[in-house]
Amino acid sequence: MLSRRVFLKNGAFAFVSLGFAPSFMARTAVAASGRSKQLIAIFQRGAVDGLSVIVPHGESDYYRARPSIAIPRPNGGDAAAIDLDGFFGFNPKLQPLKPLWDRHELAIVHACGSPDSTRSHFDAQDYMESATPGVKSTSDGWLNRYLQAQHEDHATPFRAVALTSQLPRMLQGNAPALAVSQLAQFGIRAGQSSEAVGASFEAEYAAAADSVLNGTGREAFNAIKMLKTADPSKYEPANGADYPRSPFGQSLKQIAQLTKSNVGLEVAFADVGGWDTHVNQGNSQGQLANRLDDFSRSIAALVADLGDRMADTVVLTMSEFGRAVNENGNRGTDHGHGNAMMVIGGGVHGGRVFGRWPGLSVDKRYDGRDLAVTTDFRDVFGEIVTRHLGLGDARAIFPGYAASPSKYPGLFA
Amino acid sequence: MKHALVSIVAVLAISTSTATFPKDDRAIAHVLSRTSFGPRPGDVEKVRSIGLQRYIDEQLHPERIADTALTARLAGLTTIGLSSRQIAEQYEQPQLEARRLKKENAKDNDTPAADGKQPPDAMQQRANGVMVELSAQKILRATYSERQLQEVLTDFWFNHFNVDARKGRDRFLLTEYERETIRPRVLGRFRDLLGATAKSPAMLFYLDNWMSADPNGPHVPDNAGRPRMVRGPFGGRVMMPPLARVQAQGAKAPKGLNENYGRELMELHTLGVDGGYTQKDVTEVARALTGWTIESPRQGGGFTFNARLHDTGQKIGLGHVIKAGGGESDGEQVLDILAAHPATATFIATKLVRRFVGDTPPPALVERTAARFRDTNGDLREVMRTILTSPEFLSPDAYRAKVKTPFEFVVSALRATGAEVQDARPLVRELQQLGMPLYMCQPPTGYKDTGDAWVNTGALVGRMNLAVRLAAGQLRGTSVNCGSRIADCGLNGGSNDSDAMIARFLNGDASETTRSTIAKATDAPKMVALTLGAPEFQRR
Repeated sequence: MLSRRVFLKNGAFAFVSLGFAPSFMARTAVAASGRSKQLIAIFQRGAVDGLSVIVPHGESDYYRARPSIAIPRPNGGDAAAIDLDGFFGFNPKLQPLKPLWDRHELAIVHACGSPDSTRSHFDAQDYMESATPGVKSTSDGWLNRYLQAQHEDHATPFRAVALTSQLPRMLQGNAPALAVSQLAQFGIRAGQSSEAVGASFEAEYAAAADSVLNGTGREAFNAIKMLKTADPSKYEPANGADYPRSPFGQSLKQIAQLTKSNVGLEVAFADVGGWDTHVNQGNSQGQLANRLDDFSRSIAALVADLGDRMADTVVLTMSEFGRAVNENGNRGTDHGHGNAMMVIGGGVHGGRVFGRWPGLSVDKRYDGRDLAVTTDFRDVFGEIVTRHLGLGDARAIFPGYAASPSKYPGLFA
Repeated sequence: MKHALVSIVAVLAISTSTATFPKDDRAIAHVLSRTSFGPRPGDVEKVRSIGLQRYIDEQLHPERIADTALTARLAGLTTIGLSSRQIAEQYEQPQLEARRLKKENAKDNDTPAADGKQPPDAMQQRANGVMVELSAQKILRATYSERQLQEVLTDFWFNHFNVDARKGRDRFLLTEYERETIRPRVLGRFRDLLGATAKSPAMLFYLDNWMSADPNGPHVPDNAGRPRMVRGPFGGRVMMPPLARVQAQGAKAPKGLNENYGRELMELHTLGVDGGYTQKDVTEVARALTGWTIESPRQGGGFTFNARLHDTGQKIGLGHVIKAGGGESDGEQVLDILAAHPATATFIATKLVRRFVGDTPPPALVERTAARFRDTNGDLREVMRTILTSPEFLSPDAYRAKVKTPFEFVVSALRATGAEVQDARPLVRELQQLGMPLYMCQPPTGYKDTGDAWVNTGALVGRMNLAVRLAAGQLRGTSVNCGSRIADCGLNGGSNDSDAMIARFLNGDASETTRSTIAKATDAPKMVALTLGAPEFQRR
């Protein structure tokens, strides 16, 4: 943390503050050329029940394990699973994403997760964000290590943005990253004195011997200037995209805003909670279904809004672990192990469920109770940072792990 | 005789590692920045006159400190002294009744909105007021209580035993939880605090133990019914206990073990995640705690042991055997084992040292603090004394080593400026904007206590903006004397204003740029804003 935020050495900040032609205008032009690839990472905090999202309707063990909360086999009805490939099906609330599957732009990696056995939300989120399962002392997140490894001379303050009020673990580290929950609120607001007061704060932070506050302060004022130029307040979604008015929907809408403002966004992050369904989880209706409705409509709106830009974009969803195969005594599910991820994008080899399916019979389960993991989540991350974002070698991002293309699921093959 | 000798040796061993108290103002301001929510005008002088040792000793005995002025300030908050039962009767049940009537009256139109939101009705707003008042109370206590260390520790221990108000009816339970379970015990014995949280309806509900039952037994929960999902105050669907006592439903009654509390009890409350427990231990601890539940939950009832939910069999975990048939005492044994476990002493010591000394706790101090914890059976007053009288606590390395959390930032600004808070509710909203909504930390881990969690561009801009509005008197319900006339702060006026302000707010310790920037401010509110928003004020 102490040595973070090196980007100011590139001098962009100095030019701006001295009143010279803002160099980010030039960078904006580069970003607008369409060269840049983009990753939008979505974290479902609380451990979503992947078996109710991507339903293995071809498994009779699934229905035996879940007498009251299973998603019914596809039968064309509104309450039943939507068949994908004869074995797996979408939860009916994922209907808005079905066109993406049909267009082969949505892939699923099932039975995916961590080699670590923890069933603690805290630890499992930590491991998924640091991408060092079992090692807590890792100081930075994997997306931040990507930003460091794929060095960008002309990075803008918006290269990596989390639509959260606190910077997530995944983006913490030496490379600059911005956390902002409301773009429109971003700036120093002191009435008619806004500029003068802002300049005064800027000077104080620029002179701070405290390297953490100094670096963060510089990032903040650089970002304020760029956003002012981009003016996201006038945003209208394209292609009829209809974002839910939920916090998650609004987060994704702002990601689209930033993308189309051409401020150099490469990595975006949003999270969404409410998945820890220990009690009365529901099936095609109920608690989990309501969360999935918001989730899928928000993502469908984002994809529609980004339109052609989806050719250069990947949307990746993840959650810290799956939930136990058997429902518990409260018509809910307890913490489990393997889970499903979704990978969406124009360049994705979609319309397929990746990963070896281990089966749900008791002898095939992890610890006799959970969906086993057959794909290490780092292989999904690794394939995306190399084959989509174009990093030469993923090994630096996954310390202690022999990252290798031979283990990639084949999402971009 | 032998015992006395051991005691003397122990005292000598401790005294060799106890610092002599410095007398300079910077050291005093440092101690105040940790044992309180920041110095008010005049605090440094007061401590200087009695000496740091006496000040710390006073703060370790809050029961001896009069706090009448605070009592007057809290008088307008009508719900903060109510029991959970009273809150259920006066706020929760009327809200549910109003909702039921509304639903009956609008049967054609009760499909929930797609985003799960409905306009709040009057009864719901009244019920939400319970949480708003509790949050306002927290701000007022932190700002005005003379028992500052007790408030700092209440904040710490609530966060340690975190409960999120957004989970179901926990929003009606936290008032009593903080007031009766946490605050009276923060300088008592850890085992008492642990036991009180374990039996609190707030925790039993938050981590699901209230419904955890022996999956194999024939036992039928006699007040279980089936939990229901209802619309929560924040738009989501939340779980509620069953409406009323129901009769046994034979084999169809819900039953099952819920490991949630058993796991977090060890990972977060006692041993720490590296404390050496296994999945088997989690299951055994959860079995031991079956039957620890809530009596008539919808009426705001308290803890009860329900033998029909309890797993009566033998439990083997954590290297201990808990004999079959122990009933309620199974859970007590588990808490005894965990409170006395050496990993617990180290885990608690590490967290306290991180809070009071620095983000990277000095290992020697952690070890001495953990030893004190073990030697005193978890006497938290003595544990705190060890930390607050240690050379590490008073060393230059600890000075401004901590980044303030948003709550610490806001309250320290109110205290530094001698702000008059007539209505704390707008400040509650400010803290949400700064990323630290009070009583609403979702994971059971509580909020992080290291700077990296709180230093980011968005939050930093938010702090500067808050400083601007506070100083300009734009925060409804809060007035800052320094904002209107610098002379009101007792400053000299004229060219020395900025020096006096830096002396008061920043311990006289600021960069040349901060000094010159503040000196150039064109009016008093800007001068105050540029001081409170300065990098130096973001640390303690």
